[in-house]
Amino acid sequence: MSAETVLPREPVFVARGLTKVYRTGETEVHALRGVDLDLAPGEMVLLLGPSGSGKSTLLNILGGLDRPTSGTVSFRGTDTTALPDAALTEFRRRHVGFVFQFYNLIPSLTAVENVALVTEIADSPMKPAEALALVGLGDRLNHFPAQLSGGEQQRVAVARAVAKRPEILLCDEPTGALDSRTGVVVLEAIEAANRELGATTVVITHNSVIAGMADRVLAFRDGHVVEERRNAARRPPAELSW
Amino acid sequence: MRALDRKLYRTLWQIKGQVFAVAVVVACGVAVFIMALTALRALQDSRDAFYDAGRFADVFAHLKRAPDAVARRIAEIPGVQVAETRILADAALDVPGLEEPAIGRMVSLPPAGRPILNEVIVRRGRLPAAGSGDEVAVAEAFARAHAFSIGDRVSAILNGRKRTLTVVGIVLSPEYVYSVAPGMLMPDDRRFGVLWMDEKALAAAFDLDGAFNDILLRLRRDAAAAEVIARLDQIIEPFGGRGAYARKDQISHALLTGELDQLRALSRMIPPVFLGIAAFLLYVMVSRLVTVERQQIGLLKACGYRNGAIATHYLELTLAVLLVGIAGGIAGGLWLGRELTEIYGRFYHFPALYYRPVPWVIATASAIAVMAGAAAALAATARVARLPPATAMQPAAPPVYNDILPGLLGRLTQPSRIVIRNILRWPLRSSLTTLGIALAVATIVSSSFGFDAVERMIQISFFTAQRFDVMLTYVEPKTGAVANEVARLPGVQAVEPFRAVAVRLRHGHRAELSQITGLREDGALRRIVTADFRAVPPPRHGLLVSPKLAENLGVVPGDDVSVEIMEGRRRTLSLPIAGVVEEYLGTPAYMEIEALGRAIGEPGQVSGSFLRIDPLAEPALFARLKEIPNVATVAVKAATVRSFRDTMAESMSIMLTFYIAFGGVIGLGVLYNSARIALSERARELATLRVLGFTRFEVSYILLGELALLTIAALPLGCVLGYGWAWGIVQAFESDMFVIPLVIERATYGTAIATVLAAAVLAGFLVRRNVDRLDMVGVLKTME
Ligand SMILES: Nc1ncnc2c1ncn2[C@@H]1O[C@H](COP(=O)(O)OP(=O)(O)OP(=O)(O)O)[C@@H](O)[C@H]1O
Ligand SMILES: [Mg+2]
Repeated sequence: MSAETVLPREPVFVARGLTKVYRTGETEVHALRGVDLDLAPGEMVLLLGPSGSGKSTLLNILGGLDRPTSGTVSFRGTDTTALPDAALTEFRRRHVGFVFQFYNLIPSLTAVENVALVTEIADSPMKPAEALALVGLGDRLNHFPAQLSGGEQQRVAVARAVAKRPEILLCDEPTGALDSRTGVVVLEAIEAANRELGATTVVITHNSVIAGMADRVLAFRDGHVVEERRNAARRPPAELSW
Repeated sequence: MRALDRKLYRTLWQIKGQVFAVAVVVACGVAVFIMALTALRALQDSRDAFYDAGRFADVFAHLKRAPDAVARRIAEIPGVQVAETRILADAALDVPGLEEPAIGRMVSLPPAGRPILNEVIVRRGRLPAAGSGDEVAVAEAFARAHAFSIGDRVSAILNGRKRTLTVVGIVLSPEYVYSVAPGMLMPDDRRFGVLWMDEKALAAAFDLDGAFNDILLRLRRDAAAAEVIARLDQIIEPFGGRGAYARKDQISHALLTGELDQLRALSRMIPPVFLGIAAFLLYVMVSRLVTVERQQIGLLKACGYRNGAIATHYLELTLAVLLVGIAGGIAGGLWLGRELTEIYGRFYHFPALYYRPVPWVIATASAIAVMAGAAAALAATARVARLPPATAMQPAAPPVYNDILPGLLGRLTQPSRIVIRNILRWPLRSSLTTLGIALAVATIVSSSFGFDAVERMIQISFFTAQRFDVMLTYVEPKTGAVANEVARLPGVQAVEPFRAVAVRLRHGHRAELSQITGLREDGALRRIVTADFRAVPPPRHGLLVSPKLAENLGVVPGDDVSVEIMEGRRRTLSLPIAGVVEEYLGTPAYMEIEALGRAIGEPGQVSGSFLRIDPLAEPALFARLKEIPNVATVAVKAATVRSFRDTMAESMSIMLTFYIAFGGVIGLGVLYNSARIALSERARELATLRVLGFTRFEVSYILLGELALLTIAALPLGCVLGYGWAWGIVQAFESDMFVIPLVIERATYGTAIATVLAAAVLAGFLVRRNVDRLDMVGVLKTME
């Protein structure tokens, strides 16, 4: 082990006092109520929590998709909440890979084209076909989203996120629609990106079985982190099943 | 190919129907612009080349008789480069195969052969030989109308003596590019022709040996035309000068210029409507697309695509649509331009027509189309491109909407409610759609009204005002006794005399050459008519004038004008304007015949007669008229009306067909697009209704009921807009020569409405097919 892994390293993300209030007419929804969070480089963190507790909201803010109502997020010392839109776009383009809860594939593009959409603007991406092979879709390259099942679409979304070899990988329920065996394939792809590329990874899930593969597990409720647990050792996804 | 480009092509393919509809509208705008301006350029080029080659004169003057020596004084006027004298006279022609006499304009050719100014271009044969007494060269239009070949013969009554002339050449002249008989607007090539003859022979025939009665001037570049004209008038005044005028008042040139102005006006009025509608359609199309693809846009942004890249994507899509339209428009515009130039070539006689694609016109048309489309696309994209990605990735909230008609809605069935709500939910789009459909109606109304206007002109001029069958003019003003002779001709049922005098009218600093026609107070064959078809008697004191004359002089009834008689004793008198009458062509003035005779000091003289004849006796009468020495010209009204109608039909019906087609295209474009967009917006809703058990008909009704309502609202609006537009066209097309009456018949509105309704039905039919094919499972599966 090198000295670096022993010494506490500078965190990639430092979030302080994040709140997010959605206003719709008269009603206010407090999606985040003061979240503090540090993410170390290469760390894999799992977010568990009931529906509506603010997990997606937090992930969006970390990934520069949205701005908090108050609080700061600093990425390697830069306050991303203060960045102008164009700089935020650059940030996402250079550093972040997303897997969205609702997959968000472009219906008029095939699986491989959906992945290419991202690799084309990335610095040192994988080949789109390679990324799809990683999630077990090597033989469905030229199918359109409408020709894929929900789970297959979800895997395309995962392939799209890992294909750019991101420094930060944000996955919103990447196995939500998957059975245990395919889920494992997908988690392995995420795990590989985390391990081999050192991508700092945040995975949202409802499935506590998955918790074993993470460095750290955060339980979320009502816009707060209510519990934090550190795994002594990460279990490989292959050992998980549900 | 980049993934984003693939998406572009696939999207284009998916909405190809809309793409095509918008492209056609763009194409129409571009095509009309290119057609009008390239035809304009072709006519200008052809005209300039002809004027140059034929050395078209700058100043023209006619007079009674001046000795040749006067020509030297005229040539010495400062600013005059060339002065050329000639003899010009009208004669009755007896052309084989034509029952009635034709009017021949006899023009002299100098002894040297070719004239220096207004040179004729020989198309076939040769010019009459010097000293030949019976050889003529004939204008091509007249020759073609009678299928003359070299060696054919025509008889002419020259100054009362019948002569047989031999056609030795067929020619064109820059002076008769548009060849109309005196007082006419439309050419009638069978009954009016120009003939060139040796000067000596013509001089002998008209007692003008050693004299001339017409003069042409070419001015130096730096010459002040107005001054030259004033000096020329002074010189020719003692010789019966009829008032010199510049090229701009020369009839052929003026009518040709009027036509060119109309083309220019056309290029400014029609294309903006098409491009405006195209921009609107693009805006709606792209807005809709952006709304549908909102979450995709959000994704692109989340993945790090910049706002600019996203805007560019939709801009490229728009450009692709525009490109299709522009390419079609250029091809169509060049084709139409060539056709139109060719049609003009039938009325305007040029030695050659130089039609060519004009690069700047094509570039301008394309640039305007691209700008209009790009502006629309940017406006449509801007909103979504600026949304934060997290928001964009969620479906848009439906627009806030208040039921403003809860009472009414309460009584309707559910499908009808949906129809009404949708109209009210998108008020801007609903009103723009209505406006677009209305413009389709307006396009047809405003372009077809020309037929109504012409029909009104024919009714007023040829039927209400001119109730005679034949109009004769005499070689010289004659005493009333001549009229009695005419009355004894076979088949003549009634005769009424008239007196026409050339005058210059002045009011303040404005002057206008005109002709006062003296008519009998109790005349029934030639009446003066007001706008409401009422006949008014010619005034004993004062003048009735045409609207154009009143406008050019800046007078209203009650004003006094100074009247300079340009014949006989050349008196100058002051007369009040008694009123303005309904006359569309030229600048005539009217007065009671005896009062006019006294005013000019030549009482009892007549210039011609109006005849009512027995149709059965026509051949006998025409045969006699061809022999009567005193008769200079014979105009047969029925033939004039027929020729007028034929000419109008030929020149207007082609254009009219285009405009009705254009209106239909606009209507179809707007309606089809709206329907497709409504369908794409509501596919889920409609599929859900189908799943719930609504019939295809009910579902189609929801979709098409909205369009039907908007169309019905658009029809009256379109009629009103069409009327306003026609008014604008009347203003734009008005020239120094004529006014166009603003009349739109009900049938015209009917045609417009029927055309647009047909377009609506077709659009409905096209979309209905899509409704029937609505994929219930598929639609519910795709996520929005
Ligand atoms: N655009 C919005 N407008 C209003 N409220 C919103 C909006 N987005 C999210 N919310 C609300 O914010 C809260 C947190 O939403 P979030 O999507 O972060 O939940 P989540 O933890 O991801 O839930 P799930 O597990 O169901 O995905 C929810 O109550 C949600 O209704
Ligand atoms: Mg969520």
